[in-house]
Order: sequence, then structure tokens, then C-alpha cells
Amino acid sequence: MFLHKLLLSDFKNYEQASLVFSDKINCFTGNNGVGKTNLLDAIHYLSFCKSFFNPADTQNIRHGQDFFAINGSFQRNGDSNELVQCIQKRNQRKRFLLNKKEYDRLADHIGNFPLVMISPYDRDLISEGSEIRRKYIDSVISQFDKQYLDDLIQYNKVLVQRNALLKTFAERDFFDSAQLEIWDEQMIRLGKLLFAKRTRFLEAFIPIFQHYYTFISGGQEKVDVQYNSHLCSSEMEILIRENRSRDRSAQFSTVGIHKDDLEFTLDGFQVKKFGSQGQQKSFVVAIKLAQFDYTRNIKGYKPILLLDDVFDKLDDVRVQQLISLVSQHNFGQVFITDTSEDRIRRIFDTMDIDHKFFSLPLKD
Amino acid sequence: MNSLPSRVFETAVNELAKLPGIGRKTALRMALHLLKSRKEDAEAFGMAIIRMHNDIRYCRECGNISDDELCSICGSPKRDKSIVCVVEDIRDVIAIENTGQFNGVYHVLGGIISPMEGIGPDELNIEGLIEKVNSGSLTEIILALPTTIEGDTTNFYIYKKLHSSAIPVTMIARGISIGDELEHTDEVTLGRSIVNRTPYESIIQKKNQ
Ligand SMILES: [Zn+2]
Repeated sequence: MFLHKLLLSDFKNYEQASLVFSDKINCFTGNNGVGKTNLLDAIHYLSFCKSFFNPADTQNIRHGQDFFAINGSFQRNGDSNELVQCIQKRNQRKRFLLNKKEYDRLADHIGNFPLVMISPYDRDLISEGSEIRRKYIDSVISQFDKQYLDDLIQYNKVLVQRNALLKTFAERDFFDSAQLEIWDEQMIRLGKLLFAKRTRFLEAFIPIFQHYYTFISGGQEKVDVQYNSHLCSSEMEILIRENRSRDRSAQFSTVGIHKDDLEFTLDGFQVKKFGSQGQQKSFVVAIKLAQFDYTRNIKGYKPILLLDDVFDKLDDVRVQQLISLVSQHNFGQVFITDTSEDRIRRIFDTMDIDHKFFSLPLKD
Repeated sequence: MNSLPSRVFETAVNELAKLPGIGRKTALRMALHLLKSRKEDAEAFGMAIIRMHNDIRYCRECGNISDDELCSICGSPKRDKSIVCVVEDIRDVIAIENTGQFNGVYHVLGGIISPMEGIGPDELNIEGLIEKVNSGSLTEIILALPTTIEGDTTNFYIYKKLHSSAIPVTMIARGISIGDELEHTDEVTLGRSIVNRTPYESIIQKKNQ
């Protein structure tokens, strides 16, 4: 599956644009602010029904205009054309159409045109708090497992209710274990299901990630992702029971999968504290490439890969490694942005791979 | 729209705007309509609301609204008093009655457990249900609460409270969709789900697999 043609109307800084792509590598080059990333974001829309950057859809309408439209013509297996359209008018809901037929629910579209985006924001996976890492694995698992998403939503509701109950106990100075137990049971049931799925996902995911890290870095260092969960060391039932009085004095639930985290290490040391900028970059790129692999294995075909400004902070050797990697046959269509056209051209000159350059700003 | 020419009129608009689903614009239209209607009609309207509050009672058996001490369902000799269907509120009684598939009686809880909204078991009519079961005259309890996590948890609470009594507890069979409200389920589906109810025990076992 690949994006053959993209048509934009009044999307971000583009009044009108029409681009025809290679089914392998496509490079958008130009200075900052010319709209390289906006092209990637348009492609992101076609896959996820939303911007990678700005959740307020109407703010992506070109200044002073009434609507934006993104049209993408995809090809699958060579012959069939699939037309995806996204239309956003001011003060109206966003419309999504496949072959001119509108979707009832956007959720029905997501997953049909899989895509993985690698961007400078991936750094947050290392630098920010645990919530972003939980959200990340949740989003990857949810793409293939709708039941997981349902269970997660339920778990979070139970958590809110249980915390409210603990607060009520404290405020009204009473305790009724029967009232707590009913929420405990739900939390145990759902927590176990989610923990098992996170564990199974990471078991498959981590070896793929390590493989990619070694490839990109070309180095000898050993990277690892450790899944830290209270449930790794004890059964949920026991945890809940043993922490009951602690929960009561804290007035919230202190144990459970809502406290899970991933620890990233490099030769046993925390990447966040001890990894160089280049190592950190390689780390998150390897995570995203592993996500690509995982998605492809489940879907049975290659997602589209977007590399936004990924070569910044990487030396030429690593850039070359990365490009030769995504040029291989297990990757499909790739979109790359870079400020330096010379560098990219120099690298591609030495390689025998189908590619297309788009120098921005586009000329009519 | 903040300053209306008459304070009395404004009070009426404000009261109407408190109704569920009524915005200020609609409230204004309603108030104008009532103002223009005949005096007798407007008085009948007002009286109906006043009488509703003064005269309506809650059935001492099931908590349903009633004109007498017992509601028309509990008072009917044709209904099987040994089968009790537990529902969240009166809207559910109306929905299930519309199916014509249920010949037992109801027990209206008046809500579901939700600590977030300050609703615990003590705020609900659960004690009354336990008393009924302990009286020994019942043969089955049917749980017909919403399929939300709060509905689920309330089911579980009731089940645990009744467990020692050994009374059969069943649950109406609804789809797996979350948050279905009885009043939004069509009559045929709801009727079928009451007929095809399943033992509660088997439902929790399935969930824990
Ligand atoms: Zn009654």
C-alpha cells in the first residue's frame, strides 16, 4: 500500500498543492518554515484522521479561508485506487470519505492505512514522565486490539471511582470494606487483563527494538527496555489487599497498572541520564522502527513511514545507516524531511534506490 | 437577553431553563407561549406540576411512583410477586413494562453506586431489597441495571449482599456494548433480553476467564 497522489486545498500554508510520489523514498527539502512538516502532517491526517501536532482541526485551515481539504489517492497491490478525503469546514464537524463514501465513525477508518511517524517529539518518550510511556504502549496495542482499549477505559473509570470512595471515607471519617471490595474486584480483574497484554506486547516488541538499535548505532552497547509494574513482583489481589491501609491514608489507589512505567537503559545505565544526544536519538528511532515492524507483522503489509527532521543530531554515518535500512525491502513507502538537500542527495547518489526529491517551496 | 422587560416573566423563563435539555432560547419561547395561552390552560399547567409534587407517592413495596400506597403493578393480583426485577429508576420500569414480557414486580434503587457523585449503597434502596429477600417469599432476583462499570459494580454489590440467602440471581441478557440504557433499547430487543436472562454467577465466571 502506498500514497500515489496528494492534493491539498487551503491546508496550513498550502493554498493548492498537487504531488505525485514514488512508492519508495520521497524527500522534502528546504529551509525551516517552508512547510515540509505540513506535508507530512497532511499524510498523517489521511491515516489517523487528525493532525500529529494540533488537535484543533479548524486551526489547520489556511489563514482567512473557510475550509481545508486533503485528498489522497492510495494504491494497493498495484491496481486498485483508493481515494481518501478529509474535509474540514469552519464550525462543522470533520468529514472523512473513502471512495466518496462518508464514514459514520472516524474510528472505522483508523488502522486501514497504517502509518508510523518518527519526529523530534519522540524525545519526550525518554525525557518526560511515565504517563507518556504508558500512553505510547497503550496507543500501539489499541491499534490492533479494540478489547484492550475498552478494558483500559473501564479500568480508568474504576480507578476514578475507587479514589473518590477513598476520599469519601476520609472526609466522612468512616470505612466500609464491602464498598471498597466491589471496586477492588473490578480493578483486579481489569488490571490483570491489561498487565498480561502489556507483558505479551513488550516480549514481542523489545527484541525487535534491540535489533534496530544495534543496526542504527552500529555500536556495541546493549540497550534494554524494562517493564516496571507492581504486578511484576506480586499478584494484583495481594497487592490490593496489602496496600489497603496505605490507600486509605493516601486517599488514592497507590498500586496497579496505572503506575506502570518503562525503564530505558544503555549498558545498564539510564538513557535519560547517561545517554548522549545521539544515543537518545537512536534509541527513540529504534523504538519507532520496532513499532513499524510490529505493525507490519500484524497487518501483513507495510505501513507508510514518515521521518520528520530525524537526521538532525545524527552524524553522516548514522544517517547513511538509517537511509539504507529504510530502503530495504521490508520497508515500503517512506517520506523524509531534511533542511540539507545537499547531504541527502550525496547519500542517495551512492545508493541504488528509487527516490524522488521535492524542493520546497513548491513551484507551480 | 439578560434583561427582560418584566421580572415576573424573567423568573418564569429562568425556571423553564432549569429543565433538562432546555436552553434559554427555548425557555423564552415556552414562556411566551404560556403567556399567550388562555388563563385556564396556564393554570391547569401550573396545577399539574404542583399536584404532581403534593400528591404523588412512592410505592412502599417497589419505590415506583404511585397514586396510592401500593403502585398499580404491586397492587395487581395478576403479577407474580416472587420474581423481582431490580432497576435503576422509574424510566426503566416504564421501558420494561412497554415490552409486555415481564410479569413479576420491580424494585427501584433510585440510582447506582458512584462514589464520584457521592452515591453509596446507603443512598440507594438496597436495604429494602435485602429485607424482601430475607422475608423468604421470593424465588428470583433479576438484575437489570445499566451495562456501565458503575452498573456492573452495583450488580456485584447486590449479588454479594444476597449471596448467603441462596436466592437465584439472574441478569438480563444484553449485548456487550457499553453504556446501553434500557430506555434507549428497542422494545423487541429488551423483551428478548428479559426472557433470555442468565444466571449472574456464570457471567462473573466468564469475565474472570
Ligand atoms: Zn410497587
